[in-house]
Amino acid sequence: MRRVKSSFGGFFPNDAKKRTAQTPIEILKAPETLVVSLSQHAGKQAKPVVAKGDEVLKGQLIAEADGAISAPIHSPVSGTIKAIEPRIHPSGDSIPAIVIENDGEEKWIELEQHLEPVQLDASTIREKIRDAGVVGMGGGGFPTALKLEPPEGITIDFLIINGCECEPYLTADDRIMIEYAKEIILGARLMAKASGARQIVFAIEDNKPEAINAIKAEAGALDVVVLPSKYPMGGERQLIQAITGREVPSGGLPYDAGVIVNNVGTAYAVAKAVRDGQPFISRVITVSGDPLVESKNFFAPIGTPFQYLIESAGGFKETPGKIVAGGPMMGSAQFDLDSSMGKTCTGLLALAKGESATPNVLPCIKCARCVDVCPANLLPLKLEAFGMNEMWNEAYDYGALDCIECGSCNYVCPSKRPLLQYIRFAKREIIAEQAKSS
Amino acid sequence: MEDMNLIVAPSPHLRDSDTTEKIMFSVLISLLPVIGASFYFFGWDAVRLILLSSATAIITEYAFQYIRKIPIQIGDGSALLTGVLLALCVPPSLPSWMVIIGSAFAIGIGKQVFGGLGHNPFNPALVGRAFLTASFAAAMTTWTAPFDAVTTATPLVLGAARSSLPDLFFGSVAGSLGETSALAILIGGIYLFYKGVLDHRITVGVLGTVVIMALLTGQDPIFHLLAGSVLFGAVFMATDMVTSPITKGGRWIFGMGIGLIIMLIRIWGSYPDGVTFAILLMNAVTPLLNRWTRPRIYGQGVKVSE
Ligand code: SF4
Ligand code: SF4
Repeated sequence: MRRVKSSFGGFFPNDAKKRTAQTPIEILKAPETLVVSLSQHAGKQAKPVVAKGDEVLKGQLIAEADGAISAPIHSPVSGTIKAIEPRIHPSGDSIPAIVIENDGEEKWIELEQHLEPVQLDASTIREKIRDAGVVGMGGGGFPTALKLEPPEGITIDFLIINGCECEPYLTADDRIMIEYAKEIILGARLMAKASGARQIVFAIEDNKPEAINAIKAEAGALDVVVLPSKYPMGGERQLIQAITGREVPSGGLPYDAGVIVNNVGTAYAVAKAVRDGQPFISRVITVSGDPLVESKNFFAPIGTPFQYLIESAGGFKETPGKIVAGGPMMGSAQFDLDSSMGKTCTGLLALAKGESATPNVLPCIKCARCVDVCPANLLPLKLEAFGMNEMWNEAYDYGALDCIECGSCNYVCPSKRPLLQYIRFAKREIIAEQAKSS
Repeated sequence: MEDMNLIVAPSPHLRDSDTTEKIMFSVLISLLPVIGASFYFFGWDAVRLILLSSATAIITEYAFQYIRKIPIQIGDGSALLTGVLLALCVPPSLPSWMVIIGSAFAIGIGKQVFGGLGHNPFNPALVGRAFLTASFAAAMTTWTAPFDAVTTATPLVLGAARSSLPDLFFGSVAGSLGETSALAILIGGIYLFYKGVLDHRITVGVLGTVVIMALLTGQDPIFHLLAGSVLFGAVFMATDMVTSPITKGGRWIFGMGIGLIIMLIRIWGSYPDGVTFAILLMNAVTPLLNRWTRPRIYGQGVKVSE
């Protein structure tokens, strides 16, 4: 085990994780109706292979990958397909989803197990990961099998297993490391084999001592690195910089620095897929916040409605001001509880009214806190001004496209300026402009 | 679930508890030792000047915002701060009407004509002070001794040989209201640093350069630190966020530039002090410093894999 420092600004969030850090993962009983979105990953929506009225088994393929960047989806329960229709996605858009009525019998498909999964060859492992529909669980949702197949001529020096759950409130990764360390280590070994990575590094923040111990106990000779619990430590680029001293080139991918980063939850899903033959149909989600009667970590089937998750946490004891799918820094606010959990859903948060209020915005006083905090070394206050004045060339020149949208600048701004909103605006315009001219 | 009236806004959904108002008020709190010292040494003149200057600043700010039909923001504390800072850097015997004009000028011309809070290129309190110095040179250079209000010379005029260092440190010398007591300024500065409001790069840059320049020219560095407005300027004026650079490198250069100009003026210039002009000059080059010291963006200039 070694400790490394971080070289970016960042900030130390107040500890909202306490609510659930000590709460063991509870296996959630599947609800009566599940709404499984066709868009739970980066890339194209999956294509349904079932029709209304079909009977399905738990783990049965219900939608297949469509095109190179896409992922298949499997039924989280056994039951009947009730509908395939547009439903509200956590992003707020209306996206086709497969609605399944749970028969409560938990009838599995036949699973193909491998007691010595590490003996399998790289392409077989990748195939199993692909067929199980495993995608990046940290939020991006990039199909994992694709990530594990670096382009020709690139060698992967490091496979970083990301246990830096830096978003406040969330403890899903923390708990899965504590309770399922063995699977995570196996998943890491399988991913290293699949990608040809020379070295595995576990990266865990220092506010998760139990998880560090659990992983260390199983990791053997593998490298476990402890990092400061700073936001956004779990950002792929920040992690690569802290651990390897390398930077991902602007506009490039971690490959270009000889690194692959995968989340601990993904490692778990990989182990289940390859060892047990189980498709990716459930995940750990933190359901937390003051307005809830209880805050919990659930192992929940994908497609579980948000309403059901909230009820399973005892419901509300006070009316929340905001509901957020994901973490409080990068997650998306919900209009209601009509959406349901997808493969990338790390948390479901209820924020108190006071915490949600839109603050009073004052002029920028050039305190430069946003500059000091920015992990990409940008000048957020300048980018905000360029975005506001529609100065796209200047925004591009000042690195708008290198913004990772972590929201740190917004968080620290004492004048409560909506910096990231204008930076996103500028990014969108620049990308649209580039697409037009190419 | 009935209608919960959920707030839907883009991420992030959390905000730091610190606010611009709190920053302004922590600077005001940090000035309390200085205000106390000014009252101790210069009595009711301190109260008179600080009250008049602050009241004028707030009224002027209010008037401008009222006329421009924009939201009244006098509650953010910034106008009050400018008023207090201006009062603390004028001579204790300054006539009341002069400080009122100076304070109105500081807010009106120094801040509001540029668009108000955050938009002014120059430190408003120093704009007010410079205006008073240019308009009422005699009154702005008439100094009184502490306690008995007898007209006397400041340590900078007397020179190092005829000044006592302990007096300079505790503040029992002639000078501007709030600038004589190094001790009070240091207490305020430490508080601000601890609150994360004061950027040490600027303060250390100013003071360090003053010391180095003094040593290079064979003068007493401690005397130069303690005499005149150097310490007050380095702690409370140069560190004004709005008018100092936003990059770390820029702040070092900014501080060192101020220190350099102060010493050039003190040694070869026609003013005995020079802090006001040094800071205003560096305020003017702040946009340039920001441009020259842009940090290297993560991932830019990195070559794609070996
Ligand atoms: S959101 Fe973008 S600009 Fe703001 S701190 Fe994060 S990377 Fe920097
Ligand atoms: S943190 Fe806010 S007030 Fe401070 S410089 Fe950035 S935008 Fe301006």
